[in-house]
Amino acid sequence: MTATSSSSPARRRGFQAERFDFSSFFFSGLTGLATVLILAILVAILLNIVLNGWDGLSWRFISTIPRKDFFDPDTTGILPMIIGTTIRVFVMTLFVIPVGVITAIYLTEYASHTSPLTRIIRGAVNNLAGVPSIVFGLFGAGFFINFVGRNLDAVLQSAKPTWGQPALVWASLTLAVMTLPVVIVATEESLRAIPMGLREASLALGATKLETILKIVLPQALPGIMTGGILAVSRAAGEVAPILFTGVAYYMASLPTRLTDPFMDLGYHVYVLSTQSPNIEKTRPILYATVLVLLVLTFALNFVAILIRARVRKRLRALH
Amino acid sequence: MGIHRGHRARPLEWLAEKLIFGVSLSAILVIFLIFLFVAREALPIFLGRMNSAPVQPVVPVEDMDKLSPAELRRYLELTEKQYAEMDRETLRSLMEIKLEALRELPEEFRTDKDASVNTTQWRYLLLPYQWTGYDKPVHIWQPVGNIRKYNVIPLIVGSLKTTMVGLLFSVPLAVLAAIYVSQLARPRVRELTKPAIELLSGIPSVVVGVFALLVMATVLQGMFGYETRLNAFVAGIALGFAVIPIVFSIAEDALTSVPQTYTQGALALGASKWQAAWQIVLPAALPGVFAAVVLGFGRAIGETMIVLMVCSASVMSWSLFDSARSITTTIAAEMAEAVAGGHHYRMLFMLGAVLFAVTFVSNMAGDLIIHRLKGRLEGKRG
Repeated sequence: MTATSSSSPARRRGFQAERFDFSSFFFSGLTGLATVLILAILVAILLNIVLNGWDGLSWRFISTIPRKDFFDPDTTGILPMIIGTTIRVFVMTLFVIPVGVITAIYLTEYASHTSPLTRIIRGAVNNLAGVPSIVFGLFGAGFFINFVGRNLDAVLQSAKPTWGQPALVWASLTLAVMTLPVVIVATEESLRAIPMGLREASLALGATKLETILKIVLPQALPGIMTGGILAVSRAAGEVAPILFTGVAYYMASLPTRLTDPFMDLGYHVYVLSTQSPNIEKTRPILYATVLVLLVLTFALNFVAILIRARVRKRLRALH
Repeated sequence: MGIHRGHRARPLEWLAEKLIFGVSLSAILVIFLIFLFVAREALPIFLGRMNSAPVQPVVPVEDMDKLSPAELRRYLELTEKQYAEMDRETLRSLMEIKLEALRELPEEFRTDKDASVNTTQWRYLLLPYQWTGYDKPVHIWQPVGNIRKYNVIPLIVGSLKTTMVGLLFSVPLAVLAAIYVSQLARPRVRELTKPAIELLSGIPSVVVGVFALLVMATVLQGMFGYETRLNAFVAGIALGFAVIPIVFSIAEDALTSVPQTYTQGALALGASKWQAAWQIVLPAALPGVFAAVVLGFGRAIGETMIVLMVCSASVMSWSLFDSARSITTTIAAEMAEAVAGGHHYRMLFMLGAVLFAVTFVSNMAGDLIIHRLKGRLEGKRG
């Protein structure tokens, strides 16, 4: 700090308001411009999708199960994709929320700040957040399908492969692994926002530590846990790469009924429509409509999560 | 957070606490499993145990007894269980089938020098090689056809090209925006812009891909007038959209964690807000900004769907305005057609393992830098 401040010439200078400093004005403007440009990108994407997608959207489109040729704008629909995406994300939350919340409880309530193990867990969580989604896909194929699934088939002695093939449950588990850091970080943040005094009061009244966590801390942290869950859902709903090899199907005539069925998916359908259409001009309206549905699904959730999180952060700041 | 119990835990509670501790190790376990199972599928490539040559030396049926059982089993590509179940006659006929299969290959293919090359060896993976029909040594990734060519250099170049464009586009924008939001903006503006920029990360990458494919590709071609409409440049800019939010959040976080007293001191000495931000706060938070770039790099090199949708032809070219196929794209596009356990399949897993290693290192580095920075800034505050 001393180096940087002493290097600027010791000019005489009045209050900011009295003298106009051009370079400050220019560079401040530049940063503002960058911010505006980023927001413009966001708005451009959203407007483009909404304006183009609106026309192709109809109740029939949303509620129809398409036949084999889903590139035909007049007969196609995206009901199985909406259902597939919803189920895979729902099953995922069943796995990821308990594990994520318990890990966050350990990190905030039990672990000591300085222990190397805590540091390793945190490092692993941060690292997990940065693993490429396609690597999760490979992991899902290599671990869940080829290892767990095949061995399950061998143990259960199934006549034909049921577990050892791409399935809804494997896709959900892969996504659960991927979104684990999201849940952990959000839950941890909300646990930290709870005043220490609440815990102390509970302990002083004779509650055990576990009782305090279950009856005092967790109910207070519920908004944060919800945020984590919602963020995880919104992240997972839009991800395609991890499910490519673990469960998604190009086309299925019927809806998935068991956990071992493959499924159709909104995001994957967007990919198929945009890259494998025989006539891109003709399929453009349904492509945009599908994108709009996907965006509404993920974005609405994200928006809610950000609102809740802003509230949690405000409370956190008030504590410090 | 340290509230410590003065007495011993009740048995049930003790059990629950051990359970909580066990579950909390899941993140470490998962990282370990990812490494283990991606590397496991790729191991034969690393160890040089795969042989992808379509024409392999054959052993005449009469020489069957000259081979040891282990050699014979490997020659016939049988598992130990299969081998144990077979009698001598079956083995003999298998050897005849192998001879027959070779005779049925077209003459010009059988005599092609490349047909007996094991393309999964390291020198064919990394160094240029003059294949039959080419007039100079080339790097080429071509996993279909008679001779599978697995040179990974075009894919690495493709990944680097798109990633670099993405970072060059997104880092200046994101860092400037982070300076604005954390240092210069009024609190009201900050409260609106920060979540808005974070919303950008909520847009699924397929949606960014569609936008890049249908809108941006045309707009950018109109602006710069290059030939190929879908190229590494468009993919890179679209990648930038995905990288902006991550670089922004981390840089903003680092800038905000610089104690207020720094800024206040500078302002009291007569610096303008910009000068305080640029000359005092930014240098103090520089490691955090650097970490943001490192983590942004990890995000960009691992992004799959955007590059997959925008450009995916594998050509060896450093030009930004040619198509490019990145490592991630290759895995995503080719996994479906690769036979499980075959060399193509293992090759894709090897690419995945390399990608995992690269992002693992960049994530670790980013994490470490941030941790140190925070420690230092907090230490100074106290």
